[in-house]
Amino acid sequence: MKILVSLKRVADPDNANKIKVTPQKIETTGLEFKPNPFDEYAVETALRLTENAANTKQRLGEVTVVTFGPKEAESTLRAALATGADKAIRVDATDDALDGDLVARALAKLIETEKPDLVLLGKQEVEGDANQVAQLLAEYLGWPQATFAGSIKSEGDTALLVGREIDGGTMNLRVTLPAVVSVDLRIVAPRSVQSVHTKADHAYPEGVRFAALMAIMAAKKKSLTEVKLTDLTGDVGLKIKYTGFEPPPARKAGVKVKSVSELVEKLKTEAKVL
Amino acid sequence: MATYLFETAEHAALRAQARAFATRSVRPHARAWEEAGEFPRALYAQIAASGLLGLGYREAIGGSGGDVTHVLAASEELVLEGHSVGTVVGLGSHGIALPPIVALGTGEQIERFVRPVLRGEKIAALAVTEPGGGSDVASLRTRAVRDGDDYVVDGAKTFITSGVRADVVTVAVRTGGPGHGGVSMLVIERGTPGFSVSKRLEKMGWWASDTAELTFEECRVPAANLLGDEGSGFVAIMANFVTERVYLAGQCVAIAELAYRESVQYARDRHAFGKPLSGFQVTRHKLADMATRIAAARALTGEVASRLVAADARPELAAMAKNTATDACSWVVDQAVQIHGGYGYMRDFVVERLFRDARLYPIGGGTREIMNEVISKTEGY
Ligand SMILES: Cc1cc2nc3c(=O)[nH]c(=O)nc-3n(C[C@H](O)[C@H](O)[C@H](O)COP(=O)(O)OP(=O)(O)OC[C@H]3O[C@@H](n4cnc5c(N)ncnc54)[C@H](O)[C@@H]3O)c2cc1C
Repeated sequence: MKILVSLKRVADPDNANKIKVTPQKIETTGLEFKPNPFDEYAVETALRLTENAANTKQRLGEVTVVTFGPKEAESTLRAALATGADKAIRVDATDDALDGDLVARALAKLIETEKPDLVLLGKQEVEGDANQVAQLLAEYLGWPQATFAGSIKSEGDTALLVGREIDGGTMNLRVTLPAVVSVDLRIVAPRSVQSVHTKADHAYPEGVRFAALMAIMAAKKKSLTEVKLTDLTGDVGLKIKYTGFEPPPARKAGVKVKSVSELVEKLKTEAKVL
Repeated sequence: MATYLFETAEHAALRAQARAFATRSVRPHARAWEEAGEFPRALYAQIAASGLLGLGYREAIGGSGGDVTHVLAASEELVLEGHSVGTVVGLGSHGIALPPIVALGTGEQIERFVRPVLRGEKIAALAVTEPGGGSDVASLRTRAVRDGDDYVVDGAKTFITSGVRADVVTVAVRTGGPGHGGVSMLVIERGTPGFSVSKRLEKMGWWASDTAELTFEECRVPAANLLGDEGSGFVAIMANFVTERVYLAGQCVAIAELAYRESVQYARDRHAFGKPLSGFQVTRHKLADMATRIAAARALTGEVASRLVAADARPELAAMAKNTATDACSWVVDQAVQIHGGYGYMRDFVVERLFRDARLYPIGGGTREIMNEVISKTEGY
């Protein structure tokens, strides 16, 4: 199976206090970046679908990782290559010149040439939390989509049985390939992904895999190509316009209550939630 | 983010891996393991699977490749993100136990002792120090007497990191006459009759790392476990010291860096007299001095590491780096506690632990005074 995964670097949420916000923009210079966690889960899912867990060194399929970003974002792609992806594409762009719709349109064009059987994405990126690209992309491609995947079982690599996390339970959806799937947190649980290559009872370690130094070194030699955004779409106009930015209000200090009855009293009279 | 001058994109990628490992597998348990005086044995296999345990060892012997620079970068990140120095040094005890085996051992010895440790299946420790003395290595008293195909070992070792659980112990023994020429290295395995852990030692810091006193009583060890020739032990120990001291200096840099970051954050958050602590010039200058001393320690440690990689091992520079880094670290953690005020004295705060952890470094791996002896000898006075 050929899988294309889109991934993005995001400002490290642990350093949120360093972010400077002006009414015009969010200042990103000087911030530390890390891969969007949901995108890392998508890469891990792609790797699990294209390997026999007994020999993770051999890729039984092809995994291509794509990012939209400046040159510095290439380290995010190299990191994905180090964990096992085969090749990488960087679409040269900066965040302020992108929105979910433009990314989806450009990806759709890229997919015409790359011809993957499956496109995997994180359900959302943790900066804007827009949660749009997978849905828009499926629409532009005219492919079936399954969002918020918490489990995926490959059925002969021609269809996927996707467990979608929805309010109150799991919805099982069968999508025929090619398809677009966005993944949720639980996709990296030990038994969430069942490929056609791995024994059904195999349990992976929880979470995404690590890359050893040798793999980091080897990733330097893997193919990483750069594509111009304008080569993918002539229309680079944005549908989302940001009209202003402001930091969230500082949280007020809490109070300590002495007893349960005082708590109940405050919930009634001050918080007015009872 | 502070890094060593030698760092490349690979080091950055490796740091990201180490950080991810620490976030997931160390940080959530740091306090509990430190208080329990132990981390789970299963962690060895986990860190081996991540590729971090085998850093600094060739692939051909089961390692992950890389050199001392990679070890420094990765272990700093484990400390910064993991918040448990004890866990990091416990996991890292192979870093002093295996190099003599790699340097002097036969292919068969490497198969038996090195590979299982790098797979995370066995725990390794180095046992040089004895109850009667540590600094004066050439006077060690644990005897190994050849008897047929065995050595019969009698003596005791103390302060042995990971000694309580170690499966493979690289032991410095006396096979010959007095002085350094009579010292050899012998690998003694857990379960060998006559080898026992006589005490689990309680200590000031490094709580998550167990430390043991080991006893050998008529302990029969196959002569096949001797590393290299009889009498080659002292040189191996001294060669090992250079790398060990760079590692220890690196740990000091990491501990100081963490204490510094915690202090910067605390100085921003904590208010007194109507402004944050960082609003006082005294506090800002204290932080600036901390950052400066760390930068100096990092620079010298990095230089020694770079020279080591370029096959230019300098025992005296390693000694200088260790002293510079331990001094910086001891001072920085003290200031960190001070900036935290009463909270700095409380176990809930990581700087309290770092303060205790830091005290080991002017002692372990050769004391501050012994470092100056090394420097004096090289300088020729
Ligand atoms: C937590 C911990 C972990 C350790 N882990 C290990 C381990 O895994 N393996 C291992 O083999 N050892 C280990 N050690 C032992 C450590 O290496 C020794 O403690 C150290 O070498 C000092 O030896 P000593 O304690 O016997 O002190 P001594 O040698 O008795 O020294 C006592 C004091 O005298 C000073 N002194 C000694 N000689 C001179 C001199 N010539 N000139 C001036 N001053 C001198 C010393 O500097 C020191 O201040 C560990 C120690 C600790 C505390």
